Amino acid sequence: MSAEFPTVTQHTGEVEAGQSLWQDAWHRLRQNKLALIGACFIALLTIACFLTPLIAPGSYEKTNLALGPAAPSHAHWLGTDILGRDMLSRILFGGCISLSVGLAATLVSVLIGVLYGAISGYVGGRLDVVMMRVVDIAYSLPFVVFVILILVVFGRNIVLLFMAIGAVSWLDMARIVRGQVMSLKKQEFVEAAVALGLRKRRIILRHMIPNVLGIVAIYATLIVPSVMLLEAFLSFLGLGVQAPMSSWGTLINDGRKSMEEYPWLLIYPSLFFSLTLFSLNFLGDGLRDALDVRASKD
Amino acid sequence: MLRFILKRILEAIPVLFIVATITFFLLHRMPGGPFDTERPMTPEVKKQVEAYYGLDKPVAQQYFNYMKRLVLHGDLGMSQKYFGWSVNELLAGSLPVSLELGLEGLLFALFFGLLAGIIASLRKNTASDYVPMSIATLGICIPNFVTGPLLILVFAIYFGQFNASGWNFPRDRILPAMTLGLYYMAYISRLTRGGMLEILNQDFIRTARAKGASERRIVWKHSLRGGLLSVVSFLGPAVSGIVTGSLVVELIFDIPGAARFFVGAAFNRDGPMLMGTTLVYAVLVVVMNLLADVVQIWMNPRLRFEE
Amino acid sequence: MQFASKHLSRRRFVHCLGAAATFSLLPGCAKRETLVEVGDRDLVLHLGNGTEPQDIDPGVVTGVQEYHIMMSLLEGLVSEDPVDLHPVPGVAERWDVSPDRRVYTFHLRDNAKWSNGEPVTARDFLETYQRNLTPSLGYEYSYMHFVVKNAEAYNTGKLTDFNQCGYKVIDDRTLEVTLDNPTPYFLSLLLHHSWYPVHMPTLRKYGDPYQRGNRWTRPGRYVGNGSFVLAKWRVNDVIEVRKSPTYWDRERVKLNAIRFYPIESDDTEERAFRAGQLHITYTLPPSKIEYYKTNNAAVLQIFPFLTTYFYRVNVTKPPVNDKRVRKALAMAIDRESIVKDIVKGGEIPAFNLTPPGTAGYTCRAQLREDIAAAKQLLAEAGYPDGKGMPPVEILYNTLESHRTIAEAIQEMWKTKLGVDARLVNEEWKVYLDSQRSLNYQVCRAGWTGDYDDPNTFLDLWTTGSGNNETGWSNPEYDQLIVQAAATVDPQQRLEVFQKAEALLMDEMPIIPIYFYTRIYLQRPEVKGWYSNILDNHPYKYMSLEAPK
Repeated sequence: MSAEFPTVTQHTGEVEAGQSLWQDAWHRLRQNKLALIGACFIALLTIACFLTPLIAPGSYEKTNLALGPAAPSHAHWLGTDILGRDMLSRILFGGCISLSVGLAATLVSVLIGVLYGAISGYVGGRLDVVMMRVVDIAYSLPFVVFVILILVVFGRNIVLLFMAIGAVSWLDMARIVRGQVMSLKKQEFVEAAVALGLRKRRIILRHMIPNVLGIVAIYATLIVPSVMLLEAFLSFLGLGVQAPMSSWGTLINDGRKSMEEYPWLLIYPSLFFSLTLFSLNFLGDGLRDALDVRASKD
Repeated sequence: MLRFILKRILEAIPVLFIVATITFFLLHRMPGGPFDTERPMTPEVKKQVEAYYGLDKPVAQQYFNYMKRLVLHGDLGMSQKYFGWSVNELLAGSLPVSLELGLEGLLFALFFGLLAGIIASLRKNTASDYVPMSIATLGICIPNFVTGPLLILVFAIYFGQFNASGWNFPRDRILPAMTLGLYYMAYISRLTRGGMLEILNQDFIRTARAKGASERRIVWKHSLRGGLLSVVSFLGPAVSGIVTGSLVVELIFDIPGAARFFVGAAFNRDGPMLMGTTLVYAVLVVVMNLLADVVQIWMNPRLRFEE
Repeated sequence: MQFASKHLSRRRFVHCLGAAATFSLLPGCAKRETLVEVGDRDLVLHLGNGTEPQDIDPGVVTGVQEYHIMMSLLEGLVSEDPVDLHPVPGVAERWDVSPDRRVYTFHLRDNAKWSNGEPVTARDFLETYQRNLTPSLGYEYSYMHFVVKNAEAYNTGKLTDFNQCGYKVIDDRTLEVTLDNPTPYFLSLLLHHSWYPVHMPTLRKYGDPYQRGNRWTRPGRYVGNGSFVLAKWRVNDVIEVRKSPTYWDRERVKLNAIRFYPIESDDTEERAFRAGQLHITYTLPPSKIEYYKTNNAAVLQIFPFLTTYFYRVNVTKPPVNDKRVRKALAMAIDRESIVKDIVKGGEIPAFNLTPPGTAGYTCRAQLREDIAAAKQLLAEAGYPDGKGMPPVEILYNTLESHRTIAEAIQEMWKTKLGVDARLVNEEWKVYLDSQRSLNYQVCRAGWTGDYDDPNTFLDLWTTGSGNNETGWSNPEYDQLIVQAAATVDPQQRLEVFQKAEALLMDEMPIIPIYFYTRIYLQRPEVKGWYSNILDNHPYKYMSLEAPK
């Protein structure tokens, strides 16, 4: 039970505010075991996936039609798919795509979504109206049409995949951040900052955004699974990964077709997918706790 | 408040207009047309069919004609995929089904999602936190195209208590609503927990606690409104998505809802249907976001405290 | 052995699910009576029918699902035998053919009635055919009438007087049809829905009969002459037809009603079948075939079907503009393995285009699978061991089965010929557009015969045919197809087709892969439903006999 006004001291301390916030957060994060386990798992998985092309246990495209879909065995730890291809290789190769997509979507939604939402929410007035109506329009436009046109105009390119995913992933984030900022605006420390004559830009970057990072961390981890599955849908339209390359989304999507006959085709990709998301969620919660400037004073 | 709502409704008009215009012109840039099939029409036949639907006119004129009919008569035109039906008829028949499914899914999601989120936030880092949150994470990890079939296999085929597909009897609603709701439930519970934790650590809650307010009072009176802010901002767009139906759920359970039209229209290049569904969706987005904003203002604890 | 282990894992899986569920719901309640059990009692057939019909107006639609419904609602001059589909009397109780086989005279039965009680007359047929050929209707299947004198001229607007076309009403009950050429498959053509009659006064009542968008096809409005009448149509849900009280052969009709379900997802349909909601499914997910083969073979139906799966080759694009490269690629595909290990539905490897036995025709020119010869051809074309050959692009529309086959072929070309292939998938309409504009190298395709005759497979490849889409054009081939149409003697005619297909297989603008089979599930109590090459099943012969 230390201070009566922790938020005020934290956020108006001009010089060391940014630094101490991040340092504190890092310190708290290190003490959260679950978050650390999650972070380690993700790091390991990322390394494994991106090293796979170099140290692959097998090829993701080498078929063995006579073998067909076989249950896990010593030769194929996670079994083989309809064409007799090694599932472990396909999952690890697929991880490259899925993790990149997840990362890209998170980056876009955090960078664009948070900034957009914070500006819209803090500045308010006419600018807020215009910015939010732009979000409404972006929500309403038919995504399938948009994707097909991207394909037709620009051809197939993996960069376009990230663009398309980025284009939709920031919308929810912007709305959520705006809502939070609008309520923060009325709090004492902000009014104090305004009274001190700080510029809008500074207030938004130094005081608004750090205060919404908790909910941002949670929502960012929620975006990841949905964009990984969105990638499978884009593959369906021809924009995602090209066969015989795989991604977790496409593997899960294929696996469900034969979930009763060859359950390992669904279970293992889903397992990787789920473990990643669990880790991300632990990490997200850990970050939220770490970034919550008030919690530490308990 | 009334002024605010009226203002927003006026703002919606340019939004809808812009959405309609962009969609219309994008549609005409799409490769392939509504009448392209594996067996191409002869040029003569194609010319006749396109003439019937007015597709032989310049795009600008088509746009003008479309807007005129829409604004004056509310007429969305004839479907170019389902030849004997108008878009108005098809949507009138299918939207109520999707709305019902969506609302049932949403109620399921809200009830369990809020409950789990609140309990988890009050008992942070205990079993009552980890268990519901792990289930929530699973709900996000396991896509509905997996949960749906699993529920059917167990309850419809193994136990034989439900139909595996269809939308004819009251009990046909249960499995689809659960499938649809699980995913949103996961989102809601996680956002609730996060939002509640933010609030529970704020000064006024500490003050209330210090003054000896009961835990129930703290949750209901002080925390809930602020804690659910992010849930409400999320729900605005989510509700428009959920009530226009989830294609996956409608296909898995063979439900005659509107989602097939929403997604199919683009794939079929069914122009009038695409315009119609996009406009309906835009209206829903605008209305739901408005509702979300209204609820948000009402819930903002700071504004309340100032009063 | 493998079967056994798979079976076991599946059962264990379901048991686990079952155990998990026991905790959560309704311990020990009895199974309810299923829809098919009720249907067996009330003689209501529950039928999976693929997708939602675009309409059920025979002058507008083209699809198979629509045809399956219209078959119950309308009846043409001739009808089909349920077993082998040979033409049997329909509205016409008999017909005469002139000695030169160009003039058919149909004698209509006097008890043929529309569902509103009016008699079906020769004039009804004439008016319908005029409608189907009227340019403003834009009817895609008008070409099914082009064997009739002047029909094409009227349809393309070159002729405006319908009286000059080869249809003539002699009296209320006699219709005469004059053809350009003796057409041995003419009576089979008549089974097609473009030859079904519609009740023109009804069409006039609900709109312009010569335009699309007529709303006469609703329950309560639809007037038909078939064995069933339209009772209910809920879009994306169900179409129900009930036994017609006015149909001339109503004594024979045993079913009281048929419910057609447009279930788009094959998995959903299969689960609905297992849950006892369907008597017959429209299709079966490929991954389930093996399970049914070993565990429930009694309900599994597999039979040959008049469809070929093949790859189109764009002969205008290097390197596949070289016939030797095309042949080498075709020779290096292991079709046996594709059929046996991937599609698994009893399909037949295809070494030519026309399915064997189509109207007594089996192509003699057969492609050989020969790696050595393929390598030789590739070397001659300048790509020894595939060296220097640019990658070949295989285009397919997004569907798991197409992708799997393309992945297998890609791997075969790579390991056997050293040729690299790239896979490109496109959404359906984009894929059609790429195909039409020759914006591809190799592209997946399929063709279902419109009628039981090799012509329906071979006239696609003539110069200027809308279905050619390979850029291939060969005057000798065009000449052979024209010659076949003019040949009177059936045996001689088939010989002309042999020559044409041999030429096609030598030039190889298409690479045949396999002949399809129809695969679906059917409950044992369904009687009078026979597998046949066109997948047509006249409902009036069907019944439901539940085991006591």
